[in-house]
Amino acid sequence: MAIQLESKAPSGPIETRWDRHRFGMKLVNPANRRKYKIIVVGTGLAGGAGAASLGEMGYNVLSFCYQDSPRRAHSIAAQGGINAAKNYKNDGDSIHRLFYDTVKGGDFRARESNVHRLAELSVNIIDQCVAQGVPFAREYGGLLDNRSFGGAQVSRTFYARGQTGQQLLLGAYQALARQIEAGTVKSFPRTEMMDLIVVDGVARGVVTRDMVSGKIEAHLADAVVLATGGYGNVFFLSTNAIGCNATAVWRAHRKGAYFANPCFTQIHPTCIPAAGDYQSKLTLMSESLRNDGRVWVPKSAGDCTRDPAEIAEKDRDYYLERLYPSFGNLVPRDIASRRAKMVCDEGRGVGPEVDGVRRGVYLDFRDSIKRLGEAKIRERYGNLFDMYERITGENPYKVPMRIYPATHYTMGGLWVDYNLMTTIPGCFAAGEANFSDHGANRLGASALMQGLADGYFVLPYVLGNYLASAKLDKVDEGHIEVKKAVADVEERIEKLLGIGGDRSPDSFHRELGNIIWNNCGMARNAKGLEGALERIPALREEFWQNLKVTGTGESLNQTLEKAGRLADFMELGELLCRDALARDESCGCHYREEHVTEEGEAARNDADYQYVAAWEYTGDVSKPALHKEALEFEYVKPVQRSYK
Amino acid sequence: MSKTMNLTLHVWRQKGGTDVGGFETYKAQDISEHMSFLEMLDVVNERLLADGKEPIAFDSDCREGICGMCGMVINGVPHGPNAATTTCQLHMRHFNDGDEVTIEPWRASAFPVLRDLVVDRGAFDRIIQAGGYISASSGSAPEANGLPVPKADADRAMDAAACIGCGACVAACPNASAMLFVAAKAAHLGALPQGQPERWERVKKMVAQMDAEGFGHCSNHYECMAACPKEISVDFIAQLNRDLVRATVVEREHEEKSGGAG
Repeated sequence: MAIQLESKAPSGPIETRWDRHRFGMKLVNPANRRKYKIIVVGTGLAGGAGAASLGEMGYNVLSFCYQDSPRRAHSIAAQGGINAAKNYKNDGDSIHRLFYDTVKGGDFRARESNVHRLAELSVNIIDQCVAQGVPFAREYGGLLDNRSFGGAQVSRTFYARGQTGQQLLLGAYQALARQIEAGTVKSFPRTEMMDLIVVDGVARGVVTRDMVSGKIEAHLADAVVLATGGYGNVFFLSTNAIGCNATAVWRAHRKGAYFANPCFTQIHPTCIPAAGDYQSKLTLMSESLRNDGRVWVPKSAGDCTRDPAEIAEKDRDYYLERLYPSFGNLVPRDIASRRAKMVCDEGRGVGPEVDGVRRGVYLDFRDSIKRLGEAKIRERYGNLFDMYERITGENPYKVPMRIYPATHYTMGGLWVDYNLMTTIPGCFAAGEANFSDHGANRLGASALMQGLADGYFVLPYVLGNYLASAKLDKVDEGHIEVKKAVADVEERIEKLLGIGGDRSPDSFHRELGNIIWNNCGMARNAKGLEGALERIPALREEFWQNLKVTGTGESLNQTLEKAGRLADFMELGELLCRDALARDESCGCHYREEHVTEEGEAARNDADYQYVAAWEYTGDVSKPALHKEALEFEYVKPVQRSYK
Repeated sequence: MSKTMNLTLHVWRQKGGTDVGGFETYKAQDISEHMSFLEMLDVVNERLLADGKEPIAFDSDCREGICGMCGMVINGVPHGPNAATTTCQLHMRHFNDGDEVTIEPWRASAFPVLRDLVVDRGAFDRIIQAGGYISASSGSAPEANGLPVPKADADRAMDAAACIGCGACVAACPNASAMLFVAAKAAHLGALPQGQPERWERVKKMVAQMDAEGFGHCSNHYECMAACPKEISVDFIAQLNRDLVRATVVEREHEEKSGGAG
């Protein structure tokens, strides 16, 4: 049952598309809003802001998160900042420039209409956050400060020390708390969404598991919003939180939501390298560090084990400054990441050997400290430097930091139309969980922008429009589809508990992550992907034969939680590789070694691949059906990205 | 050349809220100095699982010291021996081969144990819900630079706003008081011009909720500040106390203006 993909993106002048679209939307009378129940899964920037805003409007909102409090969603870990086209620095920024930069940065694989809306709303976000009391950095005159951030030539990034995500999330969380107190939002912490309830083709609720008591429950509603973040933990090691998972979006996918561009996964260039095989996650160091730090490796592999302070200037290779003289250390994330991999593959990496290779490059503040003084550097990055020292035991004021790329963000996600609705009517996806705004590569400081734009300023409109137009029959817990969804979840949990094998969820997860990182990470090729596509189904089969989970389903059981999430990653991982194989071009973060320019950059193929790949679940995980949404660029003409 | 060590752990195990609970002893062997404390527990848990036992339940999420989800009392100290460090950021290089390590959950009647090292910190959420916000509905905000905020005020707000809500302050306090947590939020919002209209009501409501949750009173031990991974200053508690007195006066003035209560 293939669905025709309709983006519902407006046409006409791009500057007025969102305005005109909003005017065309149906509204729900304020007095009637409390009669509509909306489920919002996830309490990060998109989900928290969305649930709060919908509650403020008067809807009856149920908010779910797997953490013990909505305040802990992983948006909290974003360090660097949030972009907005305020042009406070009078340096030539504008909505159009932010739109242009984002489309270009995404390597022409995002939808123009969505990106323009994002750029427009960026301005409102800053106003909203300041009104909530988000303590953004300020200048001595009391006005807001800005800095420039990865890949941008204007200063449009707002920040709150190195804790911008934390402060924005706390703003959304406090707005949510206000609505919980007001009774418009009911909060369900430590509650995990296990499946989507679809009745007559329309999303009508979710099945959840209470992570303390193990109770399985159906929650019914008039619409469901999935704001559950990305799927970066499919790689096992990533900068995501330990609990981040793709179960909500994957369950929705299996119920009919198309999954778009899963192979667009962003590798962040500035993370602390893995120290050993016990590593449980990787920690990102804000790429704002690249404003003052210089990236280098020794020119000669023989120098890699030497004390960096003893390596003379002439023996250092500041490879980003050498290869990209105009952007230097501030090249976009995908390029910075790939170049780090290349120099390490050449044997010029530094730091400890893990699995026989030194995977690290220096990020050196020596020259900045000399120029600006240690106090200035401490003021700018003090908390990041402290964090680095806590983890590595090395003092970055004295010894250059070591960094290496790690999976950070997933641009792919559930396919949504301009109204953020998936291919299941009534099921919406917001923030990182959808695919829509970042194309094949996300620029720094734009994830926070997208999450909040979706949450504060898009969901409130599109939900109203949907609810005012949808004709929804009453569904109760006795409905056969509801009972079936609950029974399926219970059966699946029984199955995971009953396998009685020998291997832990973590050991399977590490193996899955290694397969995907090695074959579908920073560089990909057909042979590697084909190999991964043989190994992943085999591993999945072993998982269902040989998994070991102790304890019961009727209690707090973290091994069971991991197993359930991993079962979905086992399927999503295969789709990731399949998408990467099908996209026989390079673009943005998706670097196919077969398609490289003479200068070693990603070679796009617009004639054949200027589309969104939207995958339909067909009942067989290994045989998804590909649907294409053609992308048109009326305002930003596709060019080869050049950051030389 | 990384060092490895063997440790003996005494870990609080408790099946659920109604279970009595008690300490179990485990060996943590071949632990690398570069592991985080939680990675050390991951290793112990993998071995427990391999032996068919139930792993030790503990909360953690971001594992980079910002989400506030992790936290355990390590040898009597919330988040362990390092200052300004969450449990997830504590690394094994601060321990020695042969050490005995006692690991317990946060102990406070307002934070009931759910299982092993996992506690329910819902009381913190309810305190914020009582008034720890600025009422600014989406869409109603004025232009951001319309209201300049002196840098010193913004910096002070940020110092207080750095709180991650982990609950170590409560765990460290002999009275299990939540004053540092409440004071940090009150100071963050109270330092900003946007936070003024609700300032006095906010303080009263948050403190009332704190009392209702069963947290103890502050008797100036300052253990909270010593345990706080974000080094939130007890100066904010003094500010909270001043604001609370002022709030009571403001309330009385309002009552007088409106012709008295009743």
